[in-house]
Amino acid sequence: MFENLQKRLDAVFKRLKGYGRLTEENIQDALREVRLALLEADVNYKVVKDFIKRIKERAVGSEVMESLTPGQQVVKIVHDELIELLGRSASPLSLAGRTPVVIMLIGLQGSGKTTTSAKIARFLKKKGRRPYLVPADVARPAAIKQLMALSGQAGVDCYETEAKEPPQEIARKAIMQASLKGLDTVIIDTAGRLHIDEALMGELRAMKETASPQEILFVADAMTGQDAVNIARSFDEAVGITGIVLTKIEGDARGGAALSIRAVTQKPIKFIGVGEKLNDLEVFYPDRLANRILGMGDVLSLIEKATEEIDQKKALELQEKLKKNAFTLEDFRDQLKQIRRMGSLQDILNMIPGFNKLSKKMKGLLPDEKELIHIEAIINSMTPEERTNYKIINASRRRRIAKGSGTSVQDVNKLLKNYTQMQKMFKKIKKGNLKGLPFSIPKGLFG
Amino acid sequence: MLKGLFNKLSEKTPFSNKYATDKTINEDIGGKDRAEDNASAQAMASGLLKKFKNGLQKSRKGFINQVDALIFRKRKIDDELLEELEELLVTGDISVSCVTEIFERLKKEIKRNAISDGDALKEALKSIILEMVDIDAPPIPWAPSPYICLMAGVNGVGKTTTIAKLANILKSQGKNPLFVASDTFRAAAIDQLLVWGKRLNIPVIHHQQGADPSAVAYDGIEAAIKRGVDVVFVDTAGRLHTKVNLMEELKKIRRVIKKHIEDAPHETLLVLDATNGQNALNQARQFNEATPISGIILTKLDGTAKGGIVVTIANELKIPIRYIGIGEKMDDLEPFSPKLFVDALFSS
Ligand SMILES: Nc1nc2c(ncn2[C@@H]2O[C@H](COP(=O)(O)OP(=O)(O)OP(=O)(O)O)[C@@H](O)[C@H]2O)c(=O)[nH]1
Ligand SMILES: [Mg+2]
Repeated sequence: MFENLQKRLDAVFKRLKGYGRLTEENIQDALREVRLALLEADVNYKVVKDFIKRIKERAVGSEVMESLTPGQQVVKIVHDELIELLGRSASPLSLAGRTPVVIMLIGLQGSGKTTTSAKIARFLKKKGRRPYLVPADVARPAAIKQLMALSGQAGVDCYETEAKEPPQEIARKAIMQASLKGLDTVIIDTAGRLHIDEALMGELRAMKETASPQEILFVADAMTGQDAVNIARSFDEAVGITGIVLTKIEGDARGGAALSIRAVTQKPIKFIGVGEKLNDLEVFYPDRLANRILGMGDVLSLIEKATEEIDQKKALELQEKLKKNAFTLEDFRDQLKQIRRMGSLQDILNMIPGFNKLSKKMKGLLPDEKELIHIEAIINSMTPEERTNYKIINASRRRRIAKGSGTSVQDVNKLLKNYTQMQKMFKKIKKGNLKGLPFSIPKGLFG
Repeated sequence: MLKGLFNKLSEKTPFSNKYATDKTINEDIGGKDRAEDNASAQAMASGLLKKFKNGLQKSRKGFINQVDALIFRKRKIDDELLEELEELLVTGDISVSCVTEIFERLKKEIKRNAISDGDALKEALKSIILEMVDIDAPPIPWAPSPYICLMAGVNGVGKTTTIAKLANILKSQGKNPLFVASDTFRAAAIDQLLVWGKRLNIPVIHHQQGADPSAVAYDGIEAAIKRGVDVVFVDTAGRLHTKVNLMEELKKIRRVIKKHIEDAPHETLLVLDATNGQNALNQARQFNEATPISGIILTKLDGTAKGGIVVTIANELKIPIRYIGIGEKMDDLEPFSPKLFVDALFSS
């Protein structure tokens, strides 16, 4: 999902950041493209309009104009607003309280409620809960059978629904059953229905009345278009939802509906469905998504962290060195140290702008936490001469270094290989821009 | 939305899935019907008319006027109007690039025809979109026998239900359909088709869950030939167009069908959910690449979604839209009418 949107925005931001001074025209142009990118990603027209308006207001204000890095400021504003739109942190299911706790899934036809019910049951079972699946879709042919079959796959209990009963009755009896069986979480799958179907919305309200669900999850297809706002709003107004599950996101949908639905309901997206199998369900992290959408990683928190943690002089020195192609093993070690201070590698990687493009190459090169310790030890065991000129490190030196650092010759070889590869990469990238790399701090940041 | 519109329109005009492609769109909704309406369309028309008897009593004129008042009525063409138009089209899920193309053409029209007020603009706009969406194609012949119809689409769009609806129409025309349950993946997908088969009294060829979908298709065709049925509907599992292995599976189903009957599948229908946005274009492109799509069925138009993405799809891929789904019951399927579709796009 979102890769295309990301690419589009990326291009806009690159240009923006390039401007030393921003004119209103620059900003207009950029925002026009942001707008287009959002519309093409199916974000609702009105949501986009509001979004752009807010950004424009802030962007032409003094906050940006008086800043030394106006381009970056605009990017930051877009970022802030996007986070605002998506929500900040993950919202777990609310399952505290008297058992059995009831979760109800509602949504349009074909959005993926039945599969999602079973996925959530499995998810909760893995967390140590005892879920009870309740098929309450008596409308679609074989929907009951479908959930029963899935409950078998998930290894959870399933209520034996009688198709003749009204859904409200099914819910009532199933909850009683759950109590008797000592099951703590009742998951009710409801029939798909249109948001404009008053009678069927009434049915949901009646079920809600009976079942007092703690969570009412609105299940929405990530491919939904402009109408997402009407649909989500209607379900929310008619029944009152507590959260959103976004399904089928593993395709190439740009997923703007997620933004629209959040915007109109202000309810958190709790899960995303990423495939047809039962374990294809993930907890949703809005901040990560915002970062991914912007394709800039969380530039801002990286910058924040970087300013805190990185010796600024060293960073500038390094930039100079990279330019002159004098990136030594010592620098390599310093860099790794910096990274370690800044947090886990995975976090850092996610924060690196443009990481997607480099990810495959870089991932192989950047060590994990444990390896880092080895690497430091190895480099510490080298002589200063060796650190500045790795070419002199022959077989006997390698053996000595390995011994001294308590590692193996293979480890030393691997390190040298990584180092030379990274050097090569720097050479390549040097011609373009350095911004994409963890080791180069965006210009102007320290200026 | 569309359902309501159809009801409103129905009292005055009999139905037909073919309308004149005249550039000037007649206010009369019937337009100039093509003469060749076959038996099937007529049967559908009479069925629909019956259905429409219960419809709303509002006249079409009243309805369109409502829209006019909102946007077009006697207004000067200025940026504000154009922006409102853009909003109208984009919120109907017509793609931005398509809207741009529409506006380009509109600008030429404005120059050429000196369009000066909102009314004329509306007509020009409608005829441009109509032209995009009205793909010239002969109606589905449903012959020779057995006529093999392969259904494809992403998950949950309405493939299985649409099969039941189509078979229902064909049955009412005295045809003899057969169902083939090639969705062997989704839990209870076979049962779902069996339920429809029972309701419609149509036999279902199926294996067990997890069986090879092309093997089921093969058996289905064989059974069809043996039993002398007229039309075979092959139901397939929902699959995202981005999943290479699943698209390969679809290709294989097609290949296996071809082994039996060379020019089959005679019809490969792609089912699209009108609620879907821009992604439907990717769906259409990719499915069409895997197995050439002969027609599109647009479902769930009974909601408020406009399904505008099919304008882009028809314009780009030139695949005719055949039917629209407007509900969950077996008679909730109607022939696609470009004219009514465009009218509905302009209702807000
Ligand atoms: N409102 C409305 N619902 C529809 C329409 N067509 C199908 N549905 C509903 O959409 C849901 C999914 O329909 P199915 O026919 O099972 O869809 P499918 O494409 O076969 O689904 P999979 O095989 O699971 O991929 C069902 O609840 C149908 O009743 C329609 O035109 N309008
Ligand atoms: Mg199906």
